Amino acid sequence: MGLEEKLPSGILLTTVEKVAGYARKSSVWPATFGLACCAIELMSTGGPRHDLARFGMERASNTPRQADLMIVAGRVSQKMAPVLRQIYDQMADPKWVISMGVCASSGGMFNNYAIVQGVDHIVPVDIYLPGCPPRPEMLLDSIVKLHDKIQNMKLGANREAEIEELEQARLRRLPLVVDAGPAPGPVLAQPAPDQLSQHGQQPRQPGQVPAEQAQPVHANREAGSRE
Amino acid sequence: MTSENLPDKAAEAGQERLSEQIARTGMFGTQTTGDTSGYGGLRVRRAPVPSSPRPYGSYFDEVADRLAGGMGREGPGFDEAIERVIVDRGELTLHVRREHLPAVAKVLRDEPSLAFELCLGVSGVHYPWEAGRELHAVYALLSITHNRRLRLEVSAPDADPHVPSLVDTYPTCDWHERETWDFFGLIFDGHPALTRIEMPDDWKGHPGRKDYPLGGIPVEYRGAHVPPPEDRRAYQ
Repeated sequence: MGLEEKLPSGILLTTVEKVAGYARKSSVWPATFGLACCAIELMSTGGPRHDLARFGMERASNTPRQADLMIVAGRVSQKMAPVLRQIYDQMADPKWVISMGVCASSGGMFNNYAIVQGVDHIVPVDIYLPGCPPRPEMLLDSIVKLHDKIQNMKLGANREAEIEELEQARLRRLPLVVDAGPAPGPVLAQPAPDQLSQHGQQPRQPGQVPAEQAQPVHANREAGSRE
Repeated sequence: MTSENLPDKAAEAGQERLSEQIARTGMFGTQTTGDTSGYGGLRVRRAPVPSSPRPYGSYFDEVADRLAGGMGREGPGFDEAIERVIVDRGELTLHVRREHLPAVAKVLRDEPSLAFELCLGVSGVHYPWEAGRELHAVYALLSITHNRRLRLEVSAPDADPHVPSLVDTYPTCDWHERETWDFFGLIFDGHPALTRIEMPDDWKGHPGRKDYPLGGIPVEYRGAHVPPPEDRRAYQ
């Protein structure tokens, strides 16, 4: 077929991107940023039972200069935000961020003045890991998924094109909420009385999506004024 | 029948209670629609400010006597400095008039029979409904020598939120007073460097106060908003 047919045994062909990705993903050094209870699970992940060292991550870097991965474990307060950003800026490229737990990802239960509502307000996040706190197995899973992302990361001009494409995809993405602003009053806290009678007053199961909400968002746009 | 539940005492306590301000009306604190629970006429009043009579029990009488002895020798007397003594749930609290707080703390620390060597910190409390004494600072003291505990409480009006600093007597109060200032806006006169410690340096306001807005953002789900906590419907 091609060049591969003519090669002597013991020679493999690959691309620079794949070699670089393989080298990068095989020894990711995490700069742990333990902020709250998620840090306990993070420490447990490094322990002998879950053994982060299996993935070439046994050295938790205590200096950001020699770290590739920042694991933001816990809620980020407004006061900690500039510190976190400074640590991130001190890390050498290429660098990745895992937002561990719901507090780091979205503010979680702390929807108030003191907590940053998601660490992606401050640093770009590669993996959002849900859970309160996530189990060490979940953190390992997120690290494995990040390895896959690092392995397949493009280089140079291809990387720039990839970033542009991702940005365009985000711009094209439909909004979560169709109407312009927050609905006046607690619309979803409780179904209205007429809705109750429609559903025969049966309690709605948690996983069960009502029929009128199961349709996709763009189809819902015409019916958006229902609220 | 003890003297405390005699009919005239009970009537007196009831009258005292009736003179307190109303904290809540109705059963569920509804404001918008009528209260259909049948408790619409209910008036829940605030508990009257308590004050314990002697004997206080336990080691509390001895502590009060020794403190009165120490205060009598120098500075203001016990009755002048201590506004009220409260014994509740086996704990002694001395309400101190704020101008005499350093003198009281000095006696409590230096008198050998008291020897409260350790101040465990300053806690701020905000009572918006107590006119003229909205802001409180609470000091927990511990005597390692005698294994005794004592609580000091001072109050200051919101219009003049000044309390003398205890850093001279108890140096460990340094950061605690900064924290209390940060969260409640109590100004500790005589503190070496009263700056913010928990909130960012350029923060506006004092978030520990009851009237400080909780903040928060509306959370988006697919097809719905959940408003921030303060804008949701409240059930009292």
